[in-house]
Parts: sequence; C-alpha cells; structure tokens
Amino acid sequence: MDATALAANFENKLAKNENIEPKDWMPDNYRKHLIRQISQHAHSEVVGMLPEGNWITRAPSLRRKMVLLAKVQDEGGHGLYLYSAAETLGISREELLHQLLSGKAKYSSIFNYPTLSWADMGAIGWLVDGAAIMNQVMLQRTSYGPYARAMVRICKEESFHQRQGYEIMSVLAAGSPEQKAMAQDALNRFWWPTLMMFGPSDANSANSENAIKWKIKRESNDQLRQRFVNQTIPQAELIGLTIPDAQLKWNEAKQGYDFGEPDWEEFNQVIHGNGPCNKERLGARLKAHDDGKWVREAAAAYASKRKLVAA
Amino acid sequence: MNKQETLFNYILRIADSQLILGHRLSEWTGHGPMLEEELASANTALDLIGQANSLYAYATQVEGKGRTEDDLAYLRSEREFFNHLLSEQPRGDFGFSMLRQMLCDAFDVLFYSALMKSSDNTLSGIAAKAYKESQYHLRHSSSWTERLGDGTEESHQRMQNSLNELWRFTDDLFAMRAADLELVNTGIAVDTSSFREAWFKQVSEVLERATLTIPTHAFMQKGSLEGRHTEHLGYLLAEMQSLHRAIPGVKW
Repeated sequence: MDATALAANFENKLAKNENIEPKDWMPDNYRKHLIRQISQHAHSEVVGMLPEGNWITRAPSLRRKMVLLAKVQDEGGHGLYLYSAAETLGISREELLHQLLSGKAKYSSIFNYPTLSWADMGAIGWLVDGAAIMNQVMLQRTSYGPYARAMVRICKEESFHQRQGYEIMSVLAAGSPEQKAMAQDALNRFWWPTLMMFGPSDANSANSENAIKWKIKRESNDQLRQRFVNQTIPQAELIGLTIPDAQLKWNEAKQGYDFGEPDWEEFNQVIHGNGPCNKERLGARLKAHDDGKWVREAAAAYASKRKLVAA
Repeated sequence: MNKQETLFNYILRIADSQLILGHRLSEWTGHGPMLEEELASANTALDLIGQANSLYAYATQVEGKGRTEDDLAYLRSEREFFNHLLSEQPRGDFGFSMLRQMLCDAFDVLFYSALMKSSDNTLSGIAAKAYKESQYHLRHSSSWTERLGDGTEESHQRMQNSLNELWRFTDDLFAMRAADLELVNTGIAVDTSSFREAWFKQVSEVLERATLTIPTHAFMQKGSLEGRHTEHLGYLLAEMQSLHRAIPGVKW
C-alpha cells in the first residue's frame, strides 16, 4: 500500500471505532502523542508511589498499613503495564526511565504536593484517584489497543482505591475533632490541585485537539472536570466536609455545579518544576536509581557468568 | 507464668518478628533498585505483616483481656517487644536487606513447617499459610543473595560486609524461653534447636553459591526474648506508633 492508502486505512479504522494495534500503520504524530501520553501516565504511577509511600511506616493501624502497602504496590504494577504498552510503540523502558530521570518527561503535577497528614491518604484515594478514574474510564475506549486494554484492568483497581480513600475520609470525618480537622485540612489542600489534574481549559490545551481527532481522548478536559465536580460534591456533603470553593453553586439549567477557577498560575509553576515537592520527588527517584546501580550491574554480571557456564 | 501467659508471649515473639521485618521491608517501597523489586518487597512485606496480624488476633484471644491487634502492635514499648534482633536492623543497602531476608526466610520455612504440626489448631492453620508464603520469599531472597554475592567485585564486597554485620544476630533467631519447653512438650510450640542444623546447612549452601564466607569469630548477640534490643528498635517504633499514639482511643 502506498502512503495515501495507509493513511486512509488508518482513518477508516478510527471512523469505525476499531482499535489501532502495534503492527498497524499509524501516523508519526499519533505514535509520538501516544508515547508521550502513555509514558507520562506510567511515570505518574511510579512517582505517585512516593507521596503515599510517605505514610506506609506511620499508618495508624495494621489494617490501614496493609491496605496502603497493597495500594502503592498496585500503582507500581500499573506503571509496569503502562511501560509495556508504551514499549509496543517502539521505545525501550530504559529510554523512558531516562526521560523521567533527566526531567524531560512529565508526570502528573498532583504528586508534587506533599502528604502532610494521614488524612492525605484519604484525600488522594478519594479525590486524586477519583479524578484519574474519570480520565481512565474514557481511556478504556481509546483508539490504541494496548493502551485501552491496560486501562480496563487499571480502572478496576483504581475504583477500589477510590472507595478505600473515601472510607478513610469518612472514618476521620466521623471521628474525634482532631481527626475531622485533619480530614477537612486534607480536602482543602487537595481540592484545587485535583481540579487541575484535568489539565487547562479546552481553549488553552495544546495537545487536546489532536487527541480528540485521533480518538485517543474522547472527552474534553472541561467535560471531565465538570463530571468530577458533580460526582464529588454530594460525597463531601454526605460525610460533612466542606469543599473550599465560595463560588460553588448548583446550576439547575445545566444540571451541574458551577465552580471557581483553579489558580492556573500555580499549575504552571508546578509544571515547570516549582511545586512544593518537585525536587524531592525526582530526587527520590534519582537516588533510588543511583543507589541501585551496583545491584543492576551485579545482576547483569551474574547473568553473563551463567551464560558462559552454560555455553 | 501460667500456661496462658506462656502461650501469649510465645505468639508475640513470632508476630513481633514478622511485623518488624515486614516494616523494614516496606521501607523499600518507592526506593528500590528497579520497579519489579519494589513490588516484590512490598509483596513480601504484606505477607509478613499479614502473618503478624493473624498472630496478634490469636494472641488477644489467648490473653482474653479485651486488647486488640492494634493495641499489641501500637501500644507496647520497645522493652515489651520480643522480635528477633535481625528483624529490627536498619534496611541498609538492597543487598543487606536481601541477605537478612534470606537468613530469616530460611528460618521461617523450617519453623513454619514444624509449627504446621502444632496441636494448637489456630497456630497450625496460620503456619500452613505462612509456610507457603515463606517458600516464595526464600526463593526470592536466596536468588538475590546469590546474584549479588557472585556478581561484581563491588557487590561481592558489599555482601560480605553485610554478612559480617548480620551474622552476630543469628543465634538470637533460635532463642527460646525455658517456659516454652512446656509448650513444646504438649506439642503446641516448636523446639527451634530441632532444625538449627538444617537451617545452617541450607544457609551455608546459599552462601557458598554466593561465594560468601560465614564469619567464624562473630560474638553472638542475644536478648530479644527479654525485650533487650539494639537501639534501632526504639526509633522504628517511635515512627510506626506515632500517629496511633497521638490521638488515643479513636477509630482509624
């Protein structure tokens, strides 16, 4: 097939909502867009292990300790599936890791905020995973097959995480005055950064247009953000917590909430490395990588010795 | 000490060791040499803390004073903890953690396989599940011990240093109270001396494949059964228990 026919075939598949598979022809920009998006997603899972990992050794009960450990382990597992999905597009895991550690690749900005209390484990599960699910449910229908399939499994685990997070928050909100204050404080700190997770408003989102055209994304940032707000407000009310937004108001006509604008200047600062924990998060991954160098070298040396013995 | 107290303390010894070892291992989450190993460490830590949780639950029943699993884990001080000294040592480098794990896993496999035959049904049930888990753990920690011991010059030296550091705590793994013999005689508890040689043989084989040498002049440290620990345990508990103790008596 010539280039025009290949492109037509690709467009045709998209039009029929058929998945694009690794061996199919695809436009270079589609491939690049996917590598960027899937690897960012993988990096987010891996860097996302750190803010929650921060509380594993201090979790306040054995049950909470085990659930948190299992959750962080799931996130690492999601990172692995996603790196594998990205590899099907012709990039190696080493290269992806290098992009993360050199600061070239991005990860979700939310993980550049610190976890200052136990209630943050609740807020992250409830809000951050809740927001991630909005995106990921949509991505189960994304046009690239391996990514869509990875999302199906990830979504199942994420919704479990979200319920766990909400449960942490509801126990705290119904607890002692100190616990309730802890829960409200976590909501106050995580609310706006969570809304920013959906990305800039559609009008200002550089990558959105192509993503929608190629059916990588099927809904806009603003649509997803609105759905998240609509879903979350009643959940907060149910456990007696207050969303820190004075402009929040039910809008009968649109059957949804009107809400305030996140501070996009803060968003830009965090994206450009100036969030409260950017240095710590990347620093922790770099340190783990450097500290592990002798281990990886030894494993490789051992493997090549075995090969010699076998030969 | 009556029989009930003896059994209670006996269970705590096992539970505390698994909790503290699991806690140390969980510290690797997010900081391992490769993502796969972070998952493996978390997985093993979960198994160990799960074992501790089941054992504490049983201990609270045996004690019958209305304490909970969390009371036992979060409201005792270091002098009341009976975990073995190996478990509480700081995680060190990855090789140190894997080597310590191998020494403990080899013990667990033999210990649990004996405890599976306990006349106490709860203990034998917990042991049966834990036995399977510890076999997986041992396979994993042995293979890392081997790879790192027989890897590069640097890794070999690091592992030999770790072994020199850890070996002095290995006698303490096998420590038993005089009162425990009564439980051994009634078929409830395991006599650790019965598998001491088997442990040494197994560990020696792994270390030999790893080209590591067991130190011959290590002075053996003891004391965990009397709650005399190394200084590290106090800090571990201070961290682990801080939030639970900060707001007493609430639900989490």
